[in-house]
Amino acid sequence: MGYVLDFGVVYERLPELLLAALSTIGLAVAGMSLATLIGVLGVLTRTSKSSLLRIPTIAFVEVIRNTPFLVQIFFIFFALPQFGIRLNPTATAIIALAVNGGAYAIEIIRGGVESIGKGQIEAGLALGLHKAQVFRHIVLKPAFRAIYPSLTSQFIMLTLTTSVCTSIAAYELTSVAQRIESDTFRSFEVYFSITLIYLAISGLMMALFSAISKLLFSYPVR
Amino acid sequence: MASIGVNELLFLLQGLKWTIALAAIGFAGGGLFGLGVALSRVSTHAVLWRAGAAYIAVFQGTPLLMQLFVVYYGIGLLGVNVDAWIAVAIAFTLHASAFLGEIWRGGIQSVPKGQTEAGKALGLHYVSRMKDVILPQALKISLPATIGFLVQLVKGTSLAAIVGFVELSRAGQIVSNQTFRPLMVFAIIGAIYFALCWPLSLWGASMERRLAKSAR
Repeated sequence: MGYVLDFGVVYERLPELLLAALSTIGLAVAGMSLATLIGVLGVLTRTSKSSLLRIPTIAFVEVIRNTPFLVQIFFIFFALPQFGIRLNPTATAIIALAVNGGAYAIEIIRGGVESIGKGQIEAGLALGLHKAQVFRHIVLKPAFRAIYPSLTSQFIMLTLTTSVCTSIAAYELTSVAQRIESDTFRSFEVYFSITLIYLAISGLMMALFSAISKLLFSYPVR
Repeated sequence: MASIGVNELLFLLQGLKWTIALAAIGFAGGGLFGLGVALSRVSTHAVLWRAGAAYIAVFQGTPLLMQLFVVYYGIGLLGVNVDAWIAVAIAFTLHASAFLGEIWRGGIQSVPKGQTEAGKALGLHYVSRMKDVILPQALKISLPATIGFLVQLVKGTSLAAIVGFVELSRAGQIVSNQTFRPLMVFAIIGAIYFALCWPLSLWGASMERRLAKSAR
């Protein structure tokens, strides 16, 4: 007897899935914002002259980039209560995403800042620009332009990684799908359908990022 | 609260064995199919080219966890009875082939066009042009990114734990549930992954620096 595919159960519970997809996007946006914050602050400590700031930052980046997100999220999930911090799974998931994404963001942003030639900054100062003007027009904007492709593809990776947050039962697309699966036993249909939802989310993000890049970086380079 | 003794550590090492095996199978199988994906992406045949692009877009645009789920339950639907590890290994192979295919496409396209033209002028046919002229140079350029992906793959095998496959992370969850020492266990698990991945990362980074220097 062959198995008959039945996507009816998915269709019935589509509203539930779409709501969960919004939560996935929410997790991703929160994770991206905090990761960028950690990235900017981390570049300051990573390039600091004080080894007391620099070495812990390097260690943080290396440890996070060379261990799986699943282990990180479990560690944070069990570590926080030991320090008396009790957070719900969603808040824990956001912290884990921010820490993970932050480590990658530090390296990406550092690459961008280092790509600005010293001569450019000196030329700006020689032309009589203020330090703030030099930072804004000569360091920040070109650096942002240089890192934009790798930073945004890292953001998309982070969005896809939110699915792992199901392991601590955070409310997002995959955990809701797992619940529907255990109600209906239609494993393949459920996971195939939410794979398409993830594909749509990452596709939309890619389109959005490329539209923003056209808007911001359409000025000529030379 | 139970302590973490020799038995628990041995159990973790059993899990580590599967983590390494999954990563190795995924990398080898992914390398083989990935070469096909890369060649389809640089071919002039429109259908092949589009199929390769779609394949990469799907695998890079969906979570690895979903790929595991879909392949795992999809194989079950086909009516073939395979071990869990085979289903998981197939999923990692497909995943790796898309990412390696995209990395190597970049490598192939960064080899100057004159090389292909010279090969053609010398009368080399497609296979020998690729095998003897283009691919050796392309692989050298893409080696740092390839190693970088291997690190991603080793870390990615941890998601097999969510499907219920007992590799290092799942072994860690089991030991953690038995001993009630989650922090200690996950610190050990993290340290093992780090010991596996960090040398690879350093190797990749040093190779990237060397390549950057020789390019100048």
